[in-house]
Amino acid sequence: MGIVSPGFFGRGRRDDPALPPGQHLTEGFPVLSAGPTPRITPDEWEFTITTETGQVHRWSWAEFLALPQDDVSQDIHCVTSWSKLGTSWRGVSLDTLFESVESDCEFTMAHSYGGYTTNVPLDDLLGGKAWIAHEFDGEPLEPEHGGPARLLVPHLYFWKSAKWVRGLELLRQDEPGFWESNGYHMYGDPWREERYW
Amino acid sequence: MIGVTPETRTARTLRLRLPGLTGHRAGQHVDVRLTAPDGYTAVRSYSVASASPGDELDLTVEELADGEVSPYLVHQVAVGDQLEVRGPVGGWFVWDPADSSPVQLIAGGSGVVPLMAMLRAHAVADPASPGAAAPFRLLYSVRGPDAVYYGSELDALARSPLVDVTVLYTRAAPAGNDRPPRRLDAATLMQSVWPAADNPAVFVCGATAFVETVADWLVLGGHSPARIKTERYGDTGTRP
Repeated sequence: MGIVSPGFFGRGRRDDPALPPGQHLTEGFPVLSAGPTPRITPDEWEFTITTETGQVHRWSWAEFLALPQDDVSQDIHCVTSWSKLGTSWRGVSLDTLFESVESDCEFTMAHSYGGYTTNVPLDDLLGGKAWIAHEFDGEPLEPEHGGPARLLVPHLYFWKSAKWVRGLELLRQDEPGFWESNGYHMYGDPWREERYW
Repeated sequence: MIGVTPETRTARTLRLRLPGLTGHRAGQHVDVRLTAPDGYTAVRSYSVASASPGDELDLTVEELADGEVSPYLVHQVAVGDQLEVRGPVGGWFVWDPADSSPVQLIAGGSGVVPLMAMLRAHAVADPASPGAAAPFRLLYSVRGPDAVYYGSELDALARSPLVDVTVLYTRAAPAGNDRPPRRLDAATLMQSVWPAADNPAVFVCGATAFVETVADWLVLGGHSPARIKTERYGDTGTRP
């Protein structure tokens, strides 16, 4: 146990098994971004998966919406210490998007409109663990929360769930993305409190 | 904790000594973890306000009415107490003394804290560093005179020919102020900041709605999104 602060008792829900260490619940939906919010219309939006051979798999907005859609309810955990339980999203499973992708790589880099990047191992995107989400709480995803579409990888800290996502690049070796180059953890497991290096 | 300075009725600055710390970068934050006697812990991030090169740093903490950690830091923790601190961290929302670009700082309320660290770092920068001669502007949007942090120090910093400070009052202005209190608008913003043509490094910090709005106006006004760095104090939860 760390340094005990006399007179501090806290107000958090203790013993909530859904809450990783050091996290607290929020009812709102805070925003954390490094710069201005990109405004991308569905017309100009596309999503790509690029393999190590340079093969590009490409979906327009209409093609993306025509894929099988999942409704998912997930807890999300931001590295700034808020968690939000039971959030509702609609989107396309990465399993669906990777169905026709041939690759031997184990790592990926997510790229976003506006230049943001974040690295996620391929294993963490497959097996029903990750989506490209375009609705939150039954409404189109707002730009400040990553609309038109964002990556959703809820089992990692939320900076891995890249807003305004436009593609995934398959990598033979792990490389740091934007926050990972700026002091944050390469993997980001909230249950192990992998916040910083 | 080695010192405390009140800033407003709801905010105070805590001076901490972190043995082993050898300085930090202006704009970084630290995580403070409080542990209750039963082992319950709560972590919050606070921006560093100071630019001291050694093993001391200042945190200015605003008490949030529904906060869990901030009321303890503003009202209870006392000089001599120990706190568990992680950091300083962050390599993005920082001013680099090697950068000679003009700097535009835009603060909403308590968002002034990391920007104050940048102003202070600029004031004490090695004269040989390119950033020491960089012109700085601070646009500080604040509710009223009683909510201003670092007031007299900002006045003193603004006497430098390299530093310009504009305080905009949104609800109550001091007597003699030539601008009636009102919210920041796009025209006032664009008149108060470096022109986009000067390609300033822009740092915006405040509540989410403030930062979103200001960043959008700057982009519409021709500022490159790549030159605008933001730090948002979320509507709930992020930095109580």
